[in-house]
Amino acid sequence: MAATDAQTSLRHAFGNVLAFFILILIGVLAFSIRLFSVIKYESVIHEFDPYFNYRVTQFLTKNGIYDFWNWFDDRTWYPLGRVIGGTVYPGLTLTAGTLWWILNSLNIPLSVETVCVFTAPIFSAFASWATYLLTKEVKGPGAGLTAAVLLAMVPSYISRSVAGSYDNEAVAIFALIFTFYLYIKTLNTGSLFYATLNSIAYFYMVCSWGGYTFIINLIPMHALLCIVTGRYSSRLYIAYAPLIVLGTLLAALVPVVGFNAVMTSEHFASFLVFILIHVVALVYYIKGILSPKMFKVAVALVVSGGLAVCFAMIAVLVAMVASSPTMGWSGRSLSLLDPTYASKYIPIIASVSEHQPPTWPSYFMDINVLAFLVPAGIIVSFFCAKIVCLIFSCYSVEFLTKSRWSLLLQACFSPLSDASSFVILYIVTSVYFSGVMVRLMLVLAPAACILSGIALSQAFDVFTRSIKLQLPSLSIDSPVDAGDGSSESVVPDDTVKTDKTEDTQKERTSKKSRSRKSSSESVEKPSSKSQIKKRLSVLPLETSIIAIVLLVLLGAFYVVHSVWAAAEAYSAPSIVLTSHSHDGLHVFDDFREAYAWLSHNTEVDDKVASWWDYGYQTTAMANRTVIVDNNTWNNTHIATVGTAMSSPEKAAWEIFHSLDVKYVLVVFGGLVGYPSDDINKFLWMVRIGGGVFPHIKEPDYLRDGQYRIDNMATPTMLNCLMYKLSYYRFVETDGKAFDRVRRTEIGKKHFKLTHFEEVFTTHHWMVRIYKLKPPKNRIRGKTKKSKSKANPKTVSKRKELKRNPF
Amino acid sequence: MVRSTTKDAQDLIRALWSAYSATPTNLKIIDHYVAFAVFTALIQVVYVALVGTFPFNSFLSGVLSCVGTAVLAVSLRIQLNKENKEFKDIAPERAFADFVLCNVVLHLVIMNFLG
Repeated sequence: MAATDAQTSLRHAFGNVLAFFILILIGVLAFSIRLFSVIKYESVIHEFDPYFNYRVTQFLTKNGIYDFWNWFDDRTWYPLGRVIGGTVYPGLTLTAGTLWWILNSLNIPLSVETVCVFTAPIFSAFASWATYLLTKEVKGPGAGLTAAVLLAMVPSYISRSVAGSYDNEAVAIFALIFTFYLYIKTLNTGSLFYATLNSIAYFYMVCSWGGYTFIINLIPMHALLCIVTGRYSSRLYIAYAPLIVLGTLLAALVPVVGFNAVMTSEHFASFLVFILIHVVALVYYIKGILSPKMFKVAVALVVSGGLAVCFAMIAVLVAMVASSPTMGWSGRSLSLLDPTYASKYIPIIASVSEHQPPTWPSYFMDINVLAFLVPAGIIVSFFCAKIVCLIFSCYSVEFLTKSRWSLLLQACFSPLSDASSFVILYIVTSVYFSGVMVRLMLVLAPAACILSGIALSQAFDVFTRSIKLQLPSLSIDSPVDAGDGSSESVVPDDTVKTDKTEDTQKERTSKKSRSRKSSSESVEKPSSKSQIKKRLSVLPLETSIIAIVLLVLLGAFYVVHSVWAAAEAYSAPSIVLTSHSHDGLHVFDDFREAYAWLSHNTEVDDKVASWWDYGYQTTAMANRTVIVDNNTWNNTHIATVGTAMSSPEKAAWEIFHSLDVKYVLVVFGGLVGYPSDDINKFLWMVRIGGGVFPHIKEPDYLRDGQYRIDNMATPTMLNCLMYKLSYYRFVETDGKAFDRVRRTEIGKKHFKLTHFEEVFTTHHWMVRIYKLKPPKNRIRGKTKKSKSKANPKTVSKRKELKRNPF
Repeated sequence: MVRSTTKDAQDLIRALWSAYSATPTNLKIIDHYVAFAVFTALIQVVYVALVGTFPFNSFLSGVLSCVGTAVLAVSLRIQLNKENKEFKDIAPERAFADFVLCNVVLHLVIMNFLG
C-alpha cells in the first residue's frame, strides 16, 4: 500500500508539473497567435476606438492620475467638449498606464504606444489561465487545460484582442472570466476570503467595460435558479450577498457608473434576489430550529399576514419603475433585450456595423468546431460519460438483470453541481445575446470554450481509459489504475486478459466470453458493482483508437482555422490597407498621410469637421479639434453634421461656419475601390440628420427607392455637399469618372465649388480635405441683385447680422 | 378561528423563543451586532426621508456600510455555527480572519465614497 501511495503521489506531482508547463506554453501560444498584424504590417494601433484609448493613455502617462481623473477635453465635440474623467471606463487606460510606469521605473524604456499595442495579447494569455482555473473548479484539471487551449485560439476572441486592438474588451474578457472563477470558487468553498477577492475582481470588471451588467444580472439569475431548484445552501449566501453589497459600492465608485449602480434597472435584479435570498435564508434557519409541526403553523401565519405587505411593496416598486419611459433601462440595454428597439428609436446604435445581428456562417467562422462541441459539453455536464459507453454496450442488454440496470443508471447520472448549472446558464444567455449583436459573440467565446473543453476532455478520458485497460502491457499496473476500489487486485487481471482475447473476435462472440465472465463473477458479490462499471466503461480497442485519431484531427482543423483567421481575417489594422496585384503588394497609407498633412499644415486651433467615424483618429493622430467623434453621445450634434453633409453648398457652409469649422474631411473610395467610404455611409447621415431636422427627407435622395449617384440620381443628391466634395475633379482621373465602388459613372461630372476650396487629396484619393472659403470682405452695392454677386452678397450680409460687433 | 390563530401565534412565538435561547452565546453576540447594524440603517433611511437626499453618496455609503457589516456578520455566524456540516473543517480563527479582511475592504471603500 505504501508503494502504491508513493507512486500515486509521485504521479500527482508529475501531473502538476506537467500542467504548469502546459499552462506556460498556452500563455505563449495565446500571445504569439495575436502578433500577425505586427509582423505583416507594423506595431501600430488599429481601427478607431483604440486611438481614443491611446490618446487618453498618453495624457495619463504625461500628466498623472489626478489630472486624468479631472480632465475636461476641449478638443472634441466642439463647442461642447467632453468630460473624459466622468465618461470613460478607466480600467484599460489605468492598466496600460500602470504597466508603462512599472516598466519605466525598472528602466525598460518602452514607449506608450508599444505598451498599448501589446496589452491585449498579454491579457489574453491571462484570460486563458483564468479559463483553466474556472474550468478546473467546474470539472477538473484535464478539462481546464483543454478549455484554456481552446480559448487561447478561438477566433472571436482573437478578433478583438490582436496586437494593436487596444480596446476595452482586451482586459474586460480577462476580468469577466476571473470574476466568474472567483464566484464559483466561493460557491464551492464557502470562504469569505474568496468572496472579497470576487468583489475586487468585479470592481476591475466595472472599471473596464460596460458589459459588466452581464455579470450583475447573470449571477442573480444563477442564485435564483439555485434557490428555485432547491439547491440553496449557506455557501450560496456567502457567495452572493457580500458580492452584491461590496460590488454595488465599488461600482458606484467608478465615475461612469456613479449612482446608476442603485438607480437603473440593470441592477434591480441583483437587489431583488438579494432580498429574496435573505428571506430564504431566514426560512431555512427557522425550519432548522423549530419542530416540523410548529414550522407548518409558522408558514400558515406568515403566508396570510406577510403576503399583504408583500403585495403593497411590489405595487409601489412597479409604479416607480413604470413611471420612467424606458422602465429604467438604458438605451443600450434595451437594444439588447429587444432586438428591434434600436432600429426604431436610436438610429446611431443601429447604424454601427458591429451592432447588427450575426449571420449563421459567422458562428462557424468565430467559434468553429466549438459550435458542435458545446451541446456535447452540456450533456456531459448533466450526465457522466458512462452514458456514452451505455450506447455502445447496449448489445449486451439481454444478460444484464434489472438490478444491474438500475445500478448502472445510478452510476450514469452524476448530479448537476452548482458550478455546472452556472456554466450552462452562462452559455444559454450568451447565445441569446450573441444572436442580437455580432460584437457579443465575444462574450459567447469563453462559455463555448469551457463547455467544449469539458466535452473533449471527457471524450479523451473515456477513450484512453478503454485503450489503457485493454492493452496487455499495462495489465500489471491495472490494480493501481482501477479507481473504483481496492478489493479488485485479483480480478482485473482476469478481466484484462479475457478482454484481450475479445479484441480479436466479433461482437457476438465477445458477448459469449462476457457471459462466461459474468458467471465466474457472480461469486464475488462486493466487487461486482465496480466491475460492471469498469467493464461497461471499456469500449472496443479499434473504436477507441479510431475515435482518438478523429478527435485529434478535429483539433487539427480547429487549429488550422484559428491560425488562418488570425492571420488573414482579423489582423488588418484598417488604418493601413493592402491589396495584391500582378505587380506586387500595394500599400494604401492614405489615412495617416491625410492626418500628417493636417497636423503640419494647419493651425493648432483649427477645427476639422468630418463624419463621426474619424473623430478619434483625427484628434489622436492629427491633433486637431473635431466636431463629432466615435463616442456618439450627442445625437443632435451628429445630426447637425449630417444635415450639413446632406445640404447644398451654401446651407452647408453656413452650418459649418456657425460651428467655427475651418476644414472638412471626406473619405472617398471610388478611385481604388475602398468600400467603407462616406458615400456608402451617406444614407445614415441623411437618416440621422433627418431625425432631428425634418427638412432633410430620405426619399429626396433616392430614385424609386434606390440609392444612386449616376445620371439617374435625384437633383437633391447631385447637389448635396457630400456628393460634391467626394467627386470634385474626379473626372480628371480617367476622363469618364467611373466610380469603382458603385460601379457606374457618376451623374454630375463637371462642376465647380463655390464655398469650399480643395486643399489636399491623398495619393489614392482616399481622403480629401477642403477648406471653407472665408466670407467676402466687400459687398458691391446692395440694391443691384446680379446673378454672380447674389450668393456672396447675401451670405456676407447675413454673416454681418449674425456676428458680434467686436 | 381567530382564537386558534392567536393561540397558534403564541405557541409559535414561545417555540421560537425556547429554540433560540438554546443557541450558544457567541452566536447570540453576533446576532445582536446584526440587529444593531440593521437598526442603524433604518435610522439613516428615516433621516433621509425627513431631510432629503442631497449628499446622495454619503447616504448610500452609510446605508450600504450598515447593510454590508450585517451581511458579513451573518456570513461569519454561518461559518461559526457548529450545526453547519459544510463548515466543520474551517477553523474559527480562519473564519474570523476572513471576516476582518472583508470588513477592512468594505470600510476602505466606504471612507472613499463618503465624500
